[in-house]
Amino acid sequence: MFKKLLDKAFLKSLWVYHANTGACNGCDIEVINVLTPYYDAERFGIKLVGSPRHADVLLVSGPVTRQVAPALRRLYEAVPSPKLVFAIGSCPSGGGLWFDSYATLGGLNKVIPVDFYIPGCPPRPEAILYGVAVALGLASKKVAPIISSQVHPEKILQKIEQGEMTHVQK
Amino acid sequence: MFKSKIKEVILCFKAGRVTAPFPLGPEPNPPQDGYRGKIAVDVEKCIGCGGCANVCPPRSIKITDTDHTRILEYFLSRCTYCGRCAEVCPEGAVTMTREYQLATNDLNDLYIRSEIYMGTCGRCGRCFKPKTILDRMMVTGFQPGDLS
Ligand code: SF4
Ligand code: SF4
Ligand code: SF4
Repeated sequence: MFKKLLDKAFLKSLWVYHANTGACNGCDIEVINVLTPYYDAERFGIKLVGSPRHADVLLVSGPVTRQVAPALRRLYEAVPSPKLVFAIGSCPSGGGLWFDSYATLGGLNKVIPVDFYIPGCPPRPEAILYGVAVALGLASKKVAPIISSQVHPEKILQKIEQGEMTHVQK
Repeated sequence: MFKSKIKEVILCFKAGRVTAPFPLGPEPNPPQDGYRGKIAVDVEKCIGCGGCANVCPPRSIKITDTDHTRILEYFLSRCTYCGRCAEVCPEGAVTMTREYQLATNDLNDLYIRSEIYMGTCGRCGRCFKPKTILDRMMVTGFQPGDLS
C-alpha cells in the first residue's frame, strides 16, 4: 500500500536536481533540451530545482571524478527520501571512456545506488523522456540481454548427418 | 514598453503549439539514416577476428577463449556509440541499429554475448583465426546455400 501511495505521490510531480560529476556537457545539454518547450517535461510536473533539499530526483551525468565523489555522497544524503537517482549517459552508467581511469571512480553505481540508467553518448532527449516514462510506469523497457552462439561441433555433426552441411574438417 | 509586450504575446501565439506529444504519442524526430544507436551483432557472420575489441575506445568488448569457442562479450553500458566496431568489422557482423530507447533499471540488460566456433592450434590448443575465408569454411563447414 505504501508503494502505491508512493507511486501516486511521485506521479503528481517530480522535482529534479541536476548534478554534473565531470561530464563533457553533452549530456547536460540534452537534459536542458528535455525542459525546452519542444519536449516540455514540465507538463508531467517535472521541474528543475536549485537545491537538492527540494528535489525528489537526482539526475547525474558524468563518470564521477575522484574530486567530486565526496560532494556527490553529501548531495545524495541531502535529497529527502523517497528519492530516485537517474544516470544520464554512458559515463555514469558504466564509466564511459573513463571506466578505468585513475581520475574517476568509473560509474555512478560505485558511489551511490542508482535506480535508472539511460545510456547514450549523449542520449537523445527522447531517450531521456522515455527513461522518465519507464520510471513512472508509463512505458515498459525495451532492452534485454542477448546471448547467441554459432554452430558447435556437435551441431555440425548433427548437420552433416542431416545432409545440410557438405564439408567438415576437425 | 507595453507595446513590445503585446508584440511578444502575438509572436508567441503565432508559433502555435510546438510541444511534441512524446512519450505518450509518436516520436517527433525519428532517427535518420546513419544514426548510430545500439549495436547489433550477427553471430553467424562473425569470424572472431577481434578487430572490434581492438578498436573499441572504452574497451567494452571482452574476448575470452575456451577450448573451441571464442566468447565475445559486449558490455554496452559504457558503449559510446562511436560506430568504430561496425566500421572495422570485415564481415559486417556488427551493425549500428537505430534503437536508442535503452533506459533500464538493470545494467545486465545491456549485455550481448556471442560464442564463436574457432579453429584450434594442434600444439598449444589456443583459438586462432583461420587464414582465409576458405580455411574457415573447412573448419566450420559450409552450407550449400552460402555459395549461391
Ligand atoms: S556520456 Fe558522452 S556525452 Fe555524456 S558526459 Fe559522457 S562523454 Fe559526454
Ligand atoms: S560503438 Fe564504439 S564504443 Fe560501442 S562497442 Fe562499438 S567500438 Fe565500442
Ligand atoms: S564482430 Fe566483426 S570485428 Fe568483431 S570479432 Fe567478429 S568479425 Fe571480427
